[in-house]
Amino acid sequence: MYMSRRTPLAVVAGVSALALLTACGGTGDTAASPSSPGAPGGPIKVEASDSACQVSAGTANAGNVTFEITNKGTKVTEFYLYAEGDRIMGEVENIAPGLNRRLIVEVSDAGKYQATCKPGMAGNGIRSDFTITGGAAKQTDADALKAQATKSYADYIANNTAALEEQTAKFVDLVKAGKVDEAKAAFATTRIYYERIEPVAEKFGDLDPAIDFREADLEPGQAFTGFHRLEKDLWKQGLQPDSSQIADKLLTDVKDLVGKAKTLELTALDLANGAKGLLDEVATGKITGEEETFSHTDLWDFQGNLDGSKAAINSLRPLLQQKDPALVSNLDTEFTNVQNLLSKQAVGDGFKLYTDLSQDQIKEFASAVDALSEPLSKVAEVVAK
Amino acid sequence: MTSAESGEERVASERHGVSRRRLFGMAGAGVALVGAGAAAGVGIDRVNGGSPAQAAVNIVDFHGEHQAGIVTPTQQNLHFAALDVTTKDRDKLVKLLRTWTDAARRMTSGQEVVPGGAVDGAPEAPPGDTGEALDLPASSLTLTIGYGPSLFDERFGLAGKRPAALIDLPFFPKDKLDPARSGGDLCIQACADDPQVAVHAVRNLVRLGFGVTEVRWSQLGFGRSASTSRTQMTPRNLFGFKDGTNNIKAEDTDFLRDQVWTTAADGQPWMAGGSFLVARRIRMHIETWDREPLEGQERIVGRTKGTGAALGQAAEHDEVDLHVLGAGGEPVVADDAHIRLASHESLNGARILRRGYNFVDGSDGVGHLEAGLFFLAFNRDTRKQYVPMQTALSSKDSMMEYVQHTGSAHFAVPPGVQPGAYWGDGLFT
Repeated sequence: MYMSRRTPLAVVAGVSALALLTACGGTGDTAASPSSPGAPGGPIKVEASDSACQVSAGTANAGNVTFEITNKGTKVTEFYLYAEGDRIMGEVENIAPGLNRRLIVEVSDAGKYQATCKPGMAGNGIRSDFTITGGAAKQTDADALKAQATKSYADYIANNTAALEEQTAKFVDLVKAGKVDEAKAAFATTRIYYERIEPVAEKFGDLDPAIDFREADLEPGQAFTGFHRLEKDLWKQGLQPDSSQIADKLLTDVKDLVGKAKTLELTALDLANGAKGLLDEVATGKITGEEETFSHTDLWDFQGNLDGSKAAINSLRPLLQQKDPALVSNLDTEFTNVQNLLSKQAVGDGFKLYTDLSQDQIKEFASAVDALSEPLSKVAEVVAK
Repeated sequence: MTSAESGEERVASERHGVSRRRLFGMAGAGVALVGAGAAAGVGIDRVNGGSPAQAAVNIVDFHGEHQAGIVTPTQQNLHFAALDVTTKDRDKLVKLLRTWTDAARRMTSGQEVVPGGAVDGAPEAPPGDTGEALDLPASSLTLTIGYGPSLFDERFGLAGKRPAALIDLPFFPKDKLDPARSGGDLCIQACADDPQVAVHAVRNLVRLGFGVTEVRWSQLGFGRSASTSRTQMTPRNLFGFKDGTNNIKAEDTDFLRDQVWTTAADGQPWMAGGSFLVARRIRMHIETWDREPLEGQERIVGRTKGTGAALGQAAEHDEVDLHVLGAGGEPVVADDAHIRLASHESLNGARILRRGYNFVDGSDGVGHLEAGLFFLAFNRDTRKQYVPMQTALSSKDSMMEYVQHTGSAHFAVPPGVQPGAYWGDGLFT
């Protein structure tokens, strides 16, 4: 892959933490009191002491709510806005005595919340009820289509992670048996499964680097493991004394990934962003030949990324068809175009090596990927509408 | 003359106030200007009837305790050149540094590079000045010199004078450096409010150097991507975000003292009042960036795109608070957000003074703009400031997916020169 530490896709809760805080968009630069629908009278003052938590208002409208917290006590304190079941809506930590801090939190649903100070940063805190009024109605119809989309994509992930585990086990056996030619033949076809589900793999912090880091991505002192280390062994430096160990570790990490993927709950927005992200990977990593420095099997990865992106869009298809049929037909045309170009470079069951492509062919790929990426970048917006 | 031409000339003269030929023609005025700084600017302006304020910003004094072009309010345009020394003759190099200093004094005060200049020399001789800045004023031109690690090899006997902080920069994860855009024995940073003035300055210095130096690589920059004074609005980089909100600024005298200027006690007395310059050519994949949703872009940067406020805050200059958590207890400024990793709070207080520029160097051959940010930063000890910062960014910053470092260089920037003194005085004596 090109970069391992992709922005994690939106978290399970459906909206990323940051999305809540883009705040004040379009309101210009009017300093201290953010104009927010939630607080027409300006920020809500919170005076925290060692024994009290004075909140200047008990209600606010749905939208961005701004709290300005002053610690007048002698202990370091924290401030929370909790939803039912102590679900954290927003929090400011480590407020030293005498300090003023700010918390802007977007609350979209009307209901009962609790404003809470935690002097000494421990215990249940000093709580008061906080009511949010207004808020948008939920779209139940679209919600059903979204649920259908995530269910369908979860099946795709399950199938591909199972295949990844199976193929990796075979590849690892070949490496350990010292069967270099056969291992080389299995390398690219194994990686296709990984490339298909890359946005999922990237959700698990340390696993993706361990499995898929390129040598050029490493920090000084960081161990070079995973597929690309074995790629270097097989194509460049020959099998090393620790190659078997690296191979075992790869299989362990892949199994770990497969296990974790089963528990992952994706949202429809995750699918949309993942579909786009996979094509970004193609644009910055595969088309430049940077992914497979030693084996030059970049086009296999390209196919994997394309497959994964298409699968996510297919899962979203009923929803997209309902909301923006023109976008769907645009996507279909561009997906076909990219696939046709890729198929032109097919050789036997695989592809040409990256190093055998002409500059014109590379340019043609880049143009087609750009043409597909543009409509793909519109999908998230349509899904969120 | 067509009406269009005369109209253009009128606009040009209104904009610039005074041209360098007319300035040169004002007997004595040019000489008086040298070393007199802003006060002299007011002087010429009386002659030309322009506004004193405009003339005063047009000329930046070349002399001072520190070189101009570091805390000088960042000009709009850059031409940066890295040069290699082609001679092994130390005296020739010293002589060139003196010639350059005279040329820099003249050009930064709005004069042609040598007396006689483009059209008043002998008709049999090639013009002494290349001429493309003839009708243009000083345009706040600053010329700043730096010495690269390779200058301190065996050629000129300078090994003992190499500052310990002038390291060969380490490999940073994901670097894809092009040797043809990296390194250099010397650098000249030319900044001006008119691109032609900056290019003219570099071109004429390069010309004076033939036989002694040659250009190794050079970079044009348009649009400053940092401000170095509170009088300046924070500009935007090609990702569309305000860049340099938390930069060290000319007004931050304590930070400048502690984090920008070197002292004799740092190890090399000739560097007292100098600084270390890190130059990185950062290609930005603007095409994929432009497809990233707004909330994703803001999450990666850690600021809102509109006001530039840090996430969780309301206005651009509200202090960044890295300890605010949002829904689900996730940090509002994400763990891999650019501003968190680059924050002095995450780096044991280390800060740098940035002075970067946007660039678009044509296209990349596969249908994309070859765009990016030419990062320039000054710090007191690169080992303690830039290196830890870039190590954190290169290994953790989510923005790394959209950028690639393609060029790199490091220079020791000597202190400023006084009237009658020369670049190289401290190093070569």
